[in-house]
Amino acid sequence: MEILTFEYPSAPLALAGQPALCGVVGSGNLEILIRAGERPDYCRIRIHTSARGFGEIWQAVIGEFAAGNAAGGTEIAINDMGATPAIVSLRLVQTLAEYAGERQ
Amino acid sequence: MNAPLSRNWDSLRQSRRDRLARAASQDFARAVPADRIVDLLEAVILPGDRVCLEGNNQKQADFLAESLADCDPARLNNLQMVQSVLALPSHVDLFERGLASRLDFSFSGPQGGRLAKLVQERRIEIGAIHTYLELFGRYFMDLTPNVALIAAQAADAEGNLYLGPNTEDTPAIVEATAFKGGIVIAQVNERLDKLPRVDIPADWVDFTVQAPHPNYIEPLFTRDPAQITEVQVLMAMMAIKGIYAEYGVTRLNHGIGFDTAAIELLLPTYAAELGLKGKICTHWALNPHPTLIPAIESGFVESVHSFGSEVGMEAYVAARSDVFFTGADGSMRSNRAFCQTAGLYACDMFIGSTLQMDLAGNSSTATLGRIAGFGGAPNMGSDPHGRRHVSPAWLKAGREAGGANAVRGRKLVVQMVETFREHMAPVFVEELDAWKLQAAMGAELPPIMIYGDDVSHVVTEEGIANLLLCRTPEEREQAIRGVAGYTAVGLGRDRRTVENLRDRGIIRRPQDLGIDPRMASRDLLAARSVKDLVRWSDGLYAPPARFRNW
Repeated sequence: MEILTFEYPSAPLALAGQPALCGVVGSGNLEILIRAGERPDYCRIRIHTSARGFGEIWQAVIGEFAAGNAAGGTEIAINDMGATPAIVSLRLVQTLAEYAGERQ
Repeated sequence: MNAPLSRNWDSLRQSRRDRLARAASQDFARAVPADRIVDLLEAVILPGDRVCLEGNNQKQADFLAESLADCDPARLNNLQMVQSVLALPSHVDLFERGLASRLDFSFSGPQGGRLAKLVQERRIEIGAIHTYLELFGRYFMDLTPNVALIAAQAADAEGNLYLGPNTEDTPAIVEATAFKGGIVIAQVNERLDKLPRVDIPADWVDFTVQAPHPNYIEPLFTRDPAQITEVQVLMAMMAIKGIYAEYGVTRLNHGIGFDTAAIELLLPTYAAELGLKGKICTHWALNPHPTLIPAIESGFVESVHSFGSEVGMEAYVAARSDVFFTGADGSMRSNRAFCQTAGLYACDMFIGSTLQMDLAGNSSTATLGRIAGFGGAPNMGSDPHGRRHVSPAWLKAGREAGGANAVRGRKLVVQMVETFREHMAPVFVEELDAWKLQAAMGAELPPIMIYGDDVSHVVTEEGIANLLLCRTPEEREQAIRGVAGYTAVGLGRDRRTVENLRDRGIIRRPQDLGIDPRMASRDLLAARSVKDLVRWSDGLYAPPARFRNW
């Protein structure tokens, strides 16, 4: 188990909705919880992952997510069981859309 | 003038007569009792013989393989095995027990690890790893079998054979053996007074033996829709919209992975919504994939010719004879040699997956410690220079590669991969493991499955790279890096070059194709479980027990 924490500047999310939870904690998968954070122009992410030693890849994935989406003002918690970056990126944008109320 | 050559011109026939005489002297008739099969094999096979053991992709002459492995290595040794697939433990036992010494093959799947160990211990000499059609070709050139051990569904009293839906390699093997002085021995599941149809005539077959159990068939092409991921759905959406629709691909072959199973299951939903019914995926060189059932039932598919059958699909195929090739008796007829020919010359696209790809687009499924071989992929995944007939997809690809005045078209060869496999193994690598394997095998060339210069497109979760439009090796490399995601190869991209490639349409992201990745949901799959497939088939598909959870 490894715990990683990142904080990135990100465009403020216009609407702060109810907390959103997506995904499952299963092998090769992950669970993401997005809720309101403290700083409106920052996105703070805390990751619990079963796979050690992939900090650099997490940093790249999260950095691109924060730069490419309006995720400012959120706090994101991730429970990861060895999901690939493709799954992580997809689940992040899906959860953010749900948090922003764009998706049922 | 030279004197006429003095030699015996019918030594093969003479040898054949001697072998049959030895069998006759031990009271063997054409129908051999199962408990005497080892005696027969020791009577008709000679040390050093080239023996073709029918190990196909699916159907296995397993009783004959086990019986050959039970022969006495003091009597039978140095056998030169030729077989398309090394699938069963008994196939490797032949080498471990000292019966056989050399192997020419195509695919070793589950035995890849044991095979690599034998090579390292120098207990086996590998002639070459082939693609199926290439190996069949050599059966008629320099690898003609002295003895063929084959599998059939049924024999009649005369020795005619019925092969059932899994015809596979049998016709090619028997033709090469029976017409060059060889001996053909068939194991059969049953003896019938009257066969449903005759697939191999009796005078091409020397002996038949009823095996104590039906021959093993591997359900190699069954993919449970429940295991398809959202990333695979996303890549399937990109492939359908960015390649199938744009080139109007009607004639194609799919690999066996979950990536292409996702495409099959999106045809009745996503592709239909895009108005593509009748415009793509009408004619297939494909085994009867259960995941193709919804597309067939939705009227997408006009014709499917198959290499082999698939366990559980027999009744469904028989009930859809407009789509599949079937005999007058109603049951399926497959043929690996002909279907590989169709895959080579009559398909406009091959799409499949791989374990590794390098910066030149070369791909390989070889990994250290495993010699897995290739099967049909090198054939289907190659651009045939002998092709002359045109089709819109072939022309468009050819003009993208060679300009508006190109004198030939191009086959679409698409590699579809998620950038990381399970356990975070990167698919994109600087150097293929195949090179290390080459050194370990002492081979002349690394076992590359599909050559980079045959690949037209690479699809990953990050986008599509169109290699046809690249004009220099450097551009190809950056196009591949540009879809390689967060792998070291992907992170090593030149960002400006990649953005330039994107501006030129060489790299296309999901949003460039009008695809919102957030919409990639398993809800788009026409079937989300094996049970859904059974329902689509109106109860005709009977999945093997291991795929039933109800």
